[in-house]
Amino acid sequence: MSHRLPLCRVDRETHKAWLCQRLICEYNLCIKKMGEIEDSENRRMVFVTVGTTLFDALVRAVDTKEFKQELFRKGYTHLLIQMGRGFYTPTKSEAEDGSVAVDYFTFSSSIADHLRSASLVISHAGSGSIFETLRLGKPLIVVVNEDLMDNHQSELAEELAERKHLYCARPRTLHRTIADMDLASLLPYPAGDATPVAKLINRFLGFPDD
Amino acid sequence: MGSKDETCFAISIIIIIIGLIFIAIVRVIYVVYRTSKPLRPKSPKPLSTLIVLGSGGHTAEMINVLSALQKDRFMPRFYVAAATDNMSLQKARVLEDLLADTNGGKVVSAKFMQIYRSREVGQSYITSIGTTLIAIAHALWLMIKIRPKVILCNGPGTCIPLCVIAFLFKVVGIRWSSVFYVESIARVKRLSLSGLLLYKLCIADQFYVQWPQLQRKYPRAIYVGCLICRYFSFG
Repeated sequence: MSHRLPLCRVDRETHKAWLCQRLICEYNLCIKKMGEIEDSENRRMVFVTVGTTLFDALVRAVDTKEFKQELFRKGYTHLLIQMGRGFYTPTKSEAEDGSVAVDYFTFSSSIADHLRSASLVISHAGSGSIFETLRLGKPLIVVVNEDLMDNHQSELAEELAERKHLYCARPRTLHRTIADMDLASLLPYPAGDATPVAKLINRFLGFPDD
Repeated sequence: MGSKDETCFAISIIIIIIGLIFIAIVRVIYVVYRTSKPLRPKSPKPLSTLIVLGSGGHTAEMINVLSALQKDRFMPRFYVAAATDNMSLQKARVLEDLLADTNGGKVVSAKFMQIYRSREVGQSYITSIGTTLIAIAHALWLMIKIRPKVILCNGPGTCIPLCVIAFLFKVVGIRWSSVFYVESIARVKRLSLSGLLLYKLCIADQFYVQWPQLQRKYPRAIYVGCLICRYFSFG
């Protein structure tokens, strides 16, 4: 008796019902997955993020007709704007023929999820945003906020653009960057390594090398 | 007669003061000279470590550095963040919990503390004087309590009072703390204000930069390349 599988103990009717349930479950999962694949095949989302800053110039720039037209020309279907502390609110719109669907929000606890589902990221020049996006291997355009007083942030964006890890743009010329960009030419950012620093610290303190 | 005694007394006081100043100057020169010389302990022991956390990217970078260090060499660990910074200590707690897990459940002592900030963004300079004094007093209190042998910091303004006090402790002989400063990856051509202060005043024992341009500009800095391997995002 004990060697029998639990399933055998179930009577016929219940067993049928159980199998049925299971099939339906798996079927639903399948449909859902198919839908997701279909969605992701057709859906190419551009995610714009300003982090915790106020960057109305960028939000305005991506809400212009010419910018959205460039996105559409490049095959993008959705534009999602994270506007942070900004005052300017974009206009939401459904996907229509000849234009992208637009949506926006202020803050989110899961920016990483949006980054992951994006086909292109346009971000302010915060180092956190930049590196989080590069880590995920997403194509990135960094827009420098010209209104900031001491703009050391632009140094990082320009250096990484020079090394071809991302594109650098100003709000006014963003649509041209979209038109001219060649995302295939971007180089992936190599993972950093904290072990050299750890070695130096250990050696300085007189600990033996591992 | 009386005035002669008074003059003698005054002269001896002046001589003593000049002597003390002279000793202090010599001691400071010696401390600056010894700073940046590696330690040569006979048998290295675990070192109490103060870790200064700052908002956002600073803490993320610090956690990357901590992940690469052997935890049994740097203990007990004290984490300090600004009083208005809510996320950083949380992130540090997560790291310490992870360590406790991989350590087989053995909890290594770690303490998490908050420190008053000298100045908030946009605060008026007049009130900043008062808050800076409070911040310095609070930093002094923390440093007297902790007296760390190692200080790790990477940029937030909160590290300045702590590092300056560490330097004074070296001069006075209360504790010799080795100060390690890692300039942020976001600093490519210019140092941050904290970095500049610690570099110019020779307060940091070792000054690390993540871009070669900075090392060329500041020769006493050490280029260590990019440190970010994993970006710890909590949301």
